[in-house]
Amino acid sequence: MSGHEQFAEDLALYALAALEGEERAALEQHLAGCAACRLELEQLRGDGALLALSAAGPKPPLRARQRLLDALAKEPRTAFPARAQNTRKDGAPLSTDKYSEPRRSWWGILGWAAAVAVLVFATSLWKENAELKREVITWRGQVGQQALELDAAEKFVETITNPEGQHFTLVAGKTPPQPQGKAFYLKSRRSLVFLASNMPALPPQKAYELWLIPVKGNPIPAGLFKPDANGSVTITNPPLPAGTEAKAFAITVENEAGAETPTMPIVMMGAGE
Amino acid sequence: MALKSGDQGAMAVLYDRYSSVVYAVALRVLGEAAAAEDVLQEVFLQLWRNPGAFDAARGSLGAWLAVITRNRAIDSLRKRRPETDIEDCVVSVAPDLAGDADRARAAEKVRSVLGAMPGPQRDALQMAYFEGLSHTEIAAKTGEPLGTIKTRIRSGLMVLRKAFQG
Repeated sequence: MSGHEQFAEDLALYALAALEGEERAALEQHLAGCAACRLELEQLRGDGALLALSAAGPKPPLRARQRLLDALAKEPRTAFPARAQNTRKDGAPLSTDKYSEPRRSWWGILGWAAAVAVLVFATSLWKENAELKREVITWRGQVGQQALELDAAEKFVETITNPEGQHFTLVAGKTPPQPQGKAFYLKSRRSLVFLASNMPALPPQKAYELWLIPVKGNPIPAGLFKPDANGSVTITNPPLPAGTEAKAFAITVENEAGAETPTMPIVMMGAGE
Repeated sequence: MALKSGDQGAMAVLYDRYSSVVYAVALRVLGEAAAAEDVLQEVFLQLWRNPGAFDAARGSLGAWLAVITRNRAIDSLRKRRPETDIEDCVVSVAPDLAGDADRARAAEKVRSVLGAMPGPQRDALQMAYFEGLSHTEIAAKTGEPLGTIKTRIRSGLMVLRKAFQG
């Protein structure tokens, strides 16, 4: 958190959704470009989870379990093969599907099938248990991996933004430099690097906003930015939802605090190459 | 997780393992059994509809469910639309919270740490976490300066974190 102390207290409030107004907007803008603070935010949420654990009370009423299973049965999901998982500890069927009665007699007749299904269930439980135990170990490895990535990203950004660095812009003869942006997006890691050059200066109290245009759904804000004196811009790893397939990226001009939906016109746009 | 394939049996196992945590958090925030049960349903239905929202590589399911539940319960308490998408909620927590015994040990430790905190700090932390009050509202309620409330909340969380490190 070195160098980010001014945001430390706001970050704690933000993790508990207790930060409001301008402070919240300022912090969100900072988070968009600061991987270290995003990591700290995840840890602060974890600290909050510990606090949640201090809540003690009665177990949920038994009917709540049945209510959930009833609701699941009505949910449109991919059909799953018949399975013995639908058996509670007391042996009663989990599913409340009234049409499942004939299936029970099948299980009575085909004992071997039930045995296979029980084996599948046991394997599934064993796998899940192992997975849960691996969570913490994986998380620890993840922190180390993120530190390495952060180091690489900082070096990358420094090469581009350090005032001592030499910049070369190659254009065709007699062509005036045009605004150009390049977005590098890695869906599996929710990682985004955006570089732009020759961006026109903005009117006062305005900022550019980058949008991820998903294959399905509404545009997702992917960072607010103002170009430097040379019209250059770098955005790295803004907070993005997991697993979003990007169809394109676009840029609009918004108020400095940013917008939830893009304000027309789109000033720049590019589809995946 | 089998859940990702739409397996109701896997969901029943997860429910049996985590429903007591989810319900306890919801009940603590809402103080009313029927409302807590509604949040319990909502949280598990969301997990069912969108199991990919939880990334096992980035945290413990128990901790994630506790945070999601707290957020949903606060939204319900304050009668507002959900503020945070569950996919955006990444939770990193050090202790292993997968088993009942692990969670019981952690809960006992948290209560002990809270018990040892100065009263005003504990109150600020609990007002923010379980009542969903903003720092401005806590300052107005306690008559303390905003900066003091901010400091108390952050340092309270740091005390908790430290208790589980090393």
